[in-house]
Amino acid sequence: MPIVSLSTLAHGRSGDKGNHANVAVIAYTDAGYAWLNDHLTAERVQSYFAPLGLTGVERFAVPNIRAWNFLLYDVLAGGASRSLRSDTQGKTLAVALLRMPIEVPEELLAQVAPASA
Amino acid sequence: MKSVRIGNGCGFWGDNLDAPIRLAADGRLDYLTLEYLAELTMSILAVQRQKNPASGYATDFIDVLSRLTPILADQPQLKIITNAGGMNPHGCVSAAREATARAGLNGLRFGVISGDDLMPQLDELLAAGHTLNHIDTGQPLETIRDRVVSANAYLGAEPIVQALKRGARIVVTGRVADASLTVGPAAFEFGWGFGAADLDRLAAATVAGHLIECGAQVTGGLWINADDRTRLGDVGYPIAEVAEDGTFIITKPTGSGGTVNIETVSEQLLYEVADPSQYFTPDVIADFTTVKLSSSGVDAVAVTGGTGNGTTDTYKVSIAYRDGFMAAGTLVIAGPQAERKARRSGAILLERLQRAGLTFAATHVEVLGAGDCLPGVVPATGDPPEVVLRVAVRDPRRAAVERFTKEFAPLVTAGFAGTTGYTTGRPPVREVFAYWPSLIQKSAVTPVVEVL
Repeated sequence: MPIVSLSTLAHGRSGDKGNHANVAVIAYTDAGYAWLNDHLTAERVQSYFAPLGLTGVERFAVPNIRAWNFLLYDVLAGGASRSLRSDTQGKTLAVALLRMPIEVPEELLAQVAPASA
Repeated sequence: MKSVRIGNGCGFWGDNLDAPIRLAADGRLDYLTLEYLAELTMSILAVQRQKNPASGYATDFIDVLSRLTPILADQPQLKIITNAGGMNPHGCVSAAREATARAGLNGLRFGVISGDDLMPQLDELLAAGHTLNHIDTGQPLETIRDRVVSANAYLGAEPIVQALKRGARIVVTGRVADASLTVGPAAFEFGWGFGAADLDRLAAATVAGHLIECGAQVTGGLWINADDRTRLGDVGYPIAEVAEDGTFIITKPTGSGGTVNIETVSEQLLYEVADPSQYFTPDVIADFTTVKLSSSGVDAVAVTGGTGNGTTDTYKVSIAYRDGFMAAGTLVIAGPQAERKARRSGAILLERLQRAGLTFAATHVEVLGAGDCLPGVVPATGDPPEVVLRVAVRDPRRAAVERFTKEFAPLVTAGFAGTTGYTTGRPPVREVFAYWPSLIQKSAVTPVVEVL
């Protein structure tokens, strides 16, 4: 099966909630959204960000805009006020997640990318 | 159907100073909102006010208002709603009145909204059983009471409505939920109440406020697919054109840079959101999963739906407490194997401090350019020609952190070949104000509305 980066199927944005952060992943098409339902699970996102020491990931469905909202618990090493990282607010989490390699069946590839691309 | 145009010209304290002027000049607005208060801004303002009782508000607003005065004179319908009052809304209004009078605009009526500051009665509240437990850990505030510098309830839109009803043209608040800066004028214009009958409309206006509260973030800023054609250098700030039934259009001034499309609006809809089916504000519990977006022409997105699922009987409280000191410094390391040399340089810096008898509560070494922004998540590729070494420490002792800041310069001569970038001097030491989110019964807080 071909492997593409998540950014082929979706766009997104991340931000902070205290020491937690959220990453919104928004599919470009209905076919991509359906594929991500089974292949972009909370477990998979948690394992992708495991080096950051997060304590859990919760996934919320936002089907009205073809999105999944991931809440990453305790991922910010103290958050905006006391984290020693450059990225105290998790601003780069979304662009990092969109680099995730993801398998997509050949026949689905044409249906998951944005129409204009 | 009657509609009202609400534009947000400022997404945080530090945002572009020309944006509010350009938005008010070109936006055909009924209301200009200006949002200045991030979670930790209040602690910084609280410390300023301790040193000088006349300070403690967002001073950028006074400069912006001075420049807005001719526009206010030209556009009699234009009103301003801002949380620039910070820890001292009355002080902010005094300075604002002086600035507008100096520019020749007299007789302006200012609304002042206070009562969000819980510090004066904090011990009374604790004694009365409001334990202000940390939302996540459940710990009572008592455990850090002696280190608290600020405690503010997030007030809602009702006091803003009252100030507008009493004829205020410029409403200055302390801590108010960001979305309420938009909900207030919409509720005032359309006569919405805050009871069950109007919950869906309040939720819809909350969605509008949430979408515009971060300024350019809905008009092309941070958009994943922004490129050179997006003209972010000239980005227009957002306008919500809200109709009487709560439906609205997100747009921006004609001819400005940036982009408003379904992607930019979708990304911002979920920005800093936890459970999208329950977005809590003092006005309403809004459900974002019922929102529908559709294109409504160039740089215009129509937003319908957005439902209200009741209200809370609590206000969120944002508390900040002293938590030691921190500093971070950087050096540039160039040349072959820059990453390895930078990592070694960071270790040397901390080893030298250890030899001087100093260890820190927390340290962090980053090699930026080699994948350390989110350490271990995105691996580096190749051998970058140069990297930025950044070392940060946190500790309860200011003197120890001061000593840390003096250890960067020596590496310019005693470190590896290709070490440079020490041009801004010793990094500053800053006090850490940690964040303690909590809740309090609404009945324990009294919003105060004055029109002066």
